[in-house]
Amino acid sequence: MPYEPPVESPMHLRDALAILASEGSRPIAGGTDVMVQITGELGPPPERMLDLWHLQELRGIALTGNTLSLGALTTYTEIRRSGRCREHAPALVEAAATIGAAQIQNRGTLGGNIANASPAGDTLPVLLAMDAEIVVGSLRGERSIPARAFWTGYRETALAPDELVLRVLLPTDPERRVRFRKVGTRRAQAISKVVMALSWRDGSSAGWQDVRLALGSVADRPIRAKETEAMLEGRLPTQATADRAAASIAAEIHPIDDVRSTAAYRRAVTARVLHRLIRDAGGW
Amino acid sequence: MSYRLLVNGDPVEIDVPGMRRLLDVLREDLGLTGTKEGCGEGECGACSVLLDGDVVDSCLVPICQADGHVIRTVEGLAPASGSGLPSETAASPQLDPLQAAFLETGGAQCGICTPGMLMAGQAFLASGADPTDEAIREAIAGNLCRCTGYTKIIEAIALAAARPSFDGVG
Amino acid sequence: MTIRTPTRRVPFPGAPGRSAPDALVVAPGEVGVGRARGAPLRREGPAKLTGLAKYADDLVFPGAWYGATIRSTQAHARLDGLELDPGFDWSKVVIVTAADIPGENIVSLISDDQPVLVPQGGEIRHHAEPVALLAAADRETLRAARRRVTLRTTELPPVFDPLRSEQVFAHFDIRTGDVDAALAGADLVIEGTYRVGHQEQLYIENQAMIAVPREDGGVAVHGSLQCPYYIHKAMRRALRFDDRQAQVVQAETGGGFGGKEEYPSMIALHAALLALKCRRPVRMIYDRHEDIAATTKRHPAIVKYRSGVSRDGRLLGQDIEIVMDGGAYCTLSPVVLSRGTLHAGGPYRCENVRIQSRAVATNTPPNGAFRGFGAPQTEFAAEMQVDRIAEALGASPLELRRRWVYQLGDVTPTGQVLRESVAGEEVLARAAEASEFERLRERTAAAQNLRSAMGGRGPATASGIGLALAWHGAGFTGSGEVHLASVASVELTADGRITVLTASTEMGQGTKTIFPQLAATELGVAIEEVEMAPQDTALVPDSGPTVASRTAMVVGGLVIKACRRLREQVEARTGQPFAESYREDARLRGATRVDQRFEPYPGIEFDDATYRGDAYPAFGWAACVAEVDVDLDTGEVAVRNVVAADDVGRVIHPVLAEGQVEGGTLQAVGYATIEEIKVQDGRYLNDRLATYLIPTALDAPRITSILVEAPFSGAPHGAKGVGELPMDVGAPAVVAAIHDATGVWIHELPATPERILAALAAAGSDEPRAASA
Repeated sequence: MPYEPPVESPMHLRDALAILASEGSRPIAGGTDVMVQITGELGPPPERMLDLWHLQELRGIALTGNTLSLGALTTYTEIRRSGRCREHAPALVEAAATIGAAQIQNRGTLGGNIANASPAGDTLPVLLAMDAEIVVGSLRGERSIPARAFWTGYRETALAPDELVLRVLLPTDPERRVRFRKVGTRRAQAISKVVMALSWRDGSSAGWQDVRLALGSVADRPIRAKETEAMLEGRLPTQATADRAAASIAAEIHPIDDVRSTAAYRRAVTARVLHRLIRDAGGW
Repeated sequence: MSYRLLVNGDPVEIDVPGMRRLLDVLREDLGLTGTKEGCGEGECGACSVLLDGDVVDSCLVPICQADGHVIRTVEGLAPASGSGLPSETAASPQLDPLQAAFLETGGAQCGICTPGMLMAGQAFLASGADPTDEAIREAIAGNLCRCTGYTKIIEAIALAAARPSFDGVG
Repeated sequence: MTIRTPTRRVPFPGAPGRSAPDALVVAPGEVGVGRARGAPLRREGPAKLTGLAKYADDLVFPGAWYGATIRSTQAHARLDGLELDPGFDWSKVVIVTAADIPGENIVSLISDDQPVLVPQGGEIRHHAEPVALLAAADRETLRAARRRVTLRTTELPPVFDPLRSEQVFAHFDIRTGDVDAALAGADLVIEGTYRVGHQEQLYIENQAMIAVPREDGGVAVHGSLQCPYYIHKAMRRALRFDDRQAQVVQAETGGGFGGKEEYPSMIALHAALLALKCRRPVRMIYDRHEDIAATTKRHPAIVKYRSGVSRDGRLLGQDIEIVMDGGAYCTLSPVVLSRGTLHAGGPYRCENVRIQSRAVATNTPPNGAFRGFGAPQTEFAAEMQVDRIAEALGASPLELRRRWVYQLGDVTPTGQVLRESVAGEEVLARAAEASEFERLRERTAAAQNLRSAMGGRGPATASGIGLALAWHGAGFTGSGEVHLASVASVELTADGRITVLTASTEMGQGTKTIFPQLAATELGVAIEEVEMAPQDTALVPDSGPTVASRTAMVVGGLVIKACRRLREQVEARTGQPFAESYREDARLRGATRVDQRFEPYPGIEFDDATYRGDAYPAFGWAACVAEVDVDLDTGEVAVRNVVAADDVGRVIHPVLAEGQVEGGTLQAVGYATIEEIKVQDGRYLNDRLATYLIPTALDAPRITSILVEAPFSGAPHGAKGVGELPMDVGAPAVVAAIHDATGVWIHELPATPERILAALAAAGSDEPRAASA
């Protein structure tokens, strides 16, 4: 039986934000990451907790104009079952399906994945590739942070200590393609060795436009591969493009050895998966 | 803090720290030891229970998040066993169709993953999904078993799904 | 923090020792017995399926304290002392050190080298070695106390590389014929070095033991365990108990696989020491992290192999060198090494064989028993050699095995003549036929040719099929069973019940189902009329450990013989069939108990000194065909289908036997593909379930099991055991299939994507883009 820190379970967002501002409690959403931390085996357990589970303001999936909005407490199961997500964010649905298994998907939340800021967070490259906006709030008010500026270091975010993730805004764009691929040790219940999301707009003969290539588990945080994106910009998905992109990404990233895999494998596989995604897009 | 739950149909009010794991409340405070702990970090699924019908790892749910919700454990599967809360008069066990299918096919060996596996199987059957081999495998992918190679567990769930007696809405 | 009493605490009636009901109350018709193919349903199944079965951590002992182990954080050091933080209130905590041990400070097993606790001034030999014990009334106090204990140590130089270790626990040297001459005269000599790493048993129930003081000054331990009498002996020696003061009771056990063969002795001693000092029950329940970090694993091994063959495909000579890493203490290493050595040549006829082996010490946690017990390590090497020879000769791996496999009358390297129960050829044929091995292999070869022709372009995945064959000695090695002299009993009680008394434990494999089944068959009664006595050393005789796939064959045989004698006695008295007269006999004459002691199998002789003779009374035979898909971009392997054919002598219970084959096959698939302990400076890095991964249902292949019966005449029912067979063949079959798919051989288990991609790159068969990477 692990340590049981004191917890408050507010029913309203303003109460939660007030507690956060005054006590600096550790927020808990679906608990799939935080409940492992209270065992104290991975470091000192949090001193006090703030339970977000009852905050209805943080729930719900809505489509407004060209923006899909997902509340921070949206679970992976809700993402998988959502017709709106399947239509407008299929890569996010795909990512959600690779996380844990049913038990984790029923509790784990998109907001939790974002705030936990694991470099291996499976939805995070998709958010980067879709250029998501992460709306955060405190008693001081709301602000919107682009996904590309959200993760600032190893398990560090742009969140101020008194801020919570409230919702995620995904621009919907029928012209944009997003491809997702996770490489893990097994087919369920696995933390990724490499996770990739690649997106572009089809410019027909003008080649790919506005290319975004996002990666997890190859750096201290989820990253965009800017050099390779620039290299892919305006290109058609040919074998020459794939070869150059693979070489480019292999040179651009600096993964490490850890308990799950090796730097050499991560580098090689990132290049090969990117090559494969381009090849599949090109249909050759 | 005082928390109220409906456990296997029985209302329960319990005064424990809010961060106590649902697993510990079930096992230690309510004496429902059918739910097992295998890892304490949501990897093995031995502690799976149904929370409002969804399968969850009870080691990852603090009791404050289960307040006001409906919990079903292995003790509450068989209809005749009532609440499942142990009592002096607990009769010999009755089996529901899924449990009976596990018994017939050999889906339980050492038995330690079995309660969690049954809850994942129950959630799958209740979902009404097409019981293909692949769908069953996905439904129990969060439940590790080291004895069976999963073969006879999958067979048991498919068998229960095929039985007309199965009352999926539970 | 204080934990408030709940407003509603439901009283827990499950008194310790109360056995869960095992009567079947499924309404007739609910359970189609046809699906169990006429065999009885699992005896304790209903209890397990309803949550009523009591595993150790489910048992409630009022007033029990919680125990914890203080462990070393260094791999090699001298223990200078324990420092207790003076700022902590130690009056609430009981501390046990080596000085509190009333008897010998050893965990009794083969060699007396492992201490129960490292004594002051003693040598810490591995990371996570037990140094002291704590107990407290509640977990919060215990948690706080653990943080206030510091070990004072002087670091010593560690040895991690088994090839550099100078301390040898055991060594063997088996020779037949003239290997050097055979290799010199061979047309082709294939050499290989194969490495296998630690594998964790990963029973889903962690190690757990609860010690309860007895009124006679002894201690009863209730726990998760395989071998009650191993623990009993360890308690007698370390705690200076007599036979009755030491009492061992098995709780329902959530898997063992060898992992609960010897380590529970350590935990039982720890719990008992605390209980003696606290004068109250103490619960010693490991969490997963402690269980993986501290308890035994499968021995890592390095096997060097040279095989000489003639151009026309005759196996001329095998020269084999084995080094096993025993870890810091001897534990079972000599017998693990012995079995590994005896199986190293594979099930193949060869006149010139030399097998030299040693198990050595390193400053890593001790390795121990795990399903297969040394054989999976060496048979992986043996099967890799056969496949590589087949490739070199351009021969079919199936055909080569068919030519070489032992036949009746063949002689093994120890000089054992295989006089009966030889089924290697049959399991091979059955597995190959059911899997359509030859046809699928032609198809994968064609796909590989097409891929080569396309210059590496083509589908992202490649399919492959692989085959492996193995033998597995049934029961204990050599004269082990003679030395054990196990006893099993059956009793007709005065109130007319039939009870089987053995120390054989149920841990999922079906002991509690097949023993009543064997007894009922022998006595001519319904299975419901036969009861199993609980596995409690106060009640049951020492029928030996539940290991080595010996339960069905050896102890099952004793049960049958005991029943036969009981039936004869009753029938002689009553002049009527047993089934119709035993209740009346009991009423008139009271109880009748028959104790059956093991008698050596006729004609089976082994010389432990020279390692010549009948290494095993019989062998089981196993073949496995695996189909895989390999993702050529990532090296990820999906094992799609496995066909396993296993000769078990006689099938007692088809559902349970298949369950053993299926479960063992998946453990072997895990061993082949993803299961790997990563060690750094003698510490296991992935000592959690989030980092040590085993296959999920999505990773598991579709498994088809074929049970073959080549009975062993020494056992009254012909059974030879099944548990370990599938473990020997799964890994080499998967690695052969990976080769069939990709063209590269992986010499080291597990065949991870990292190793596969590295091998593809080294072979130059990599796709063009990798050159630029």
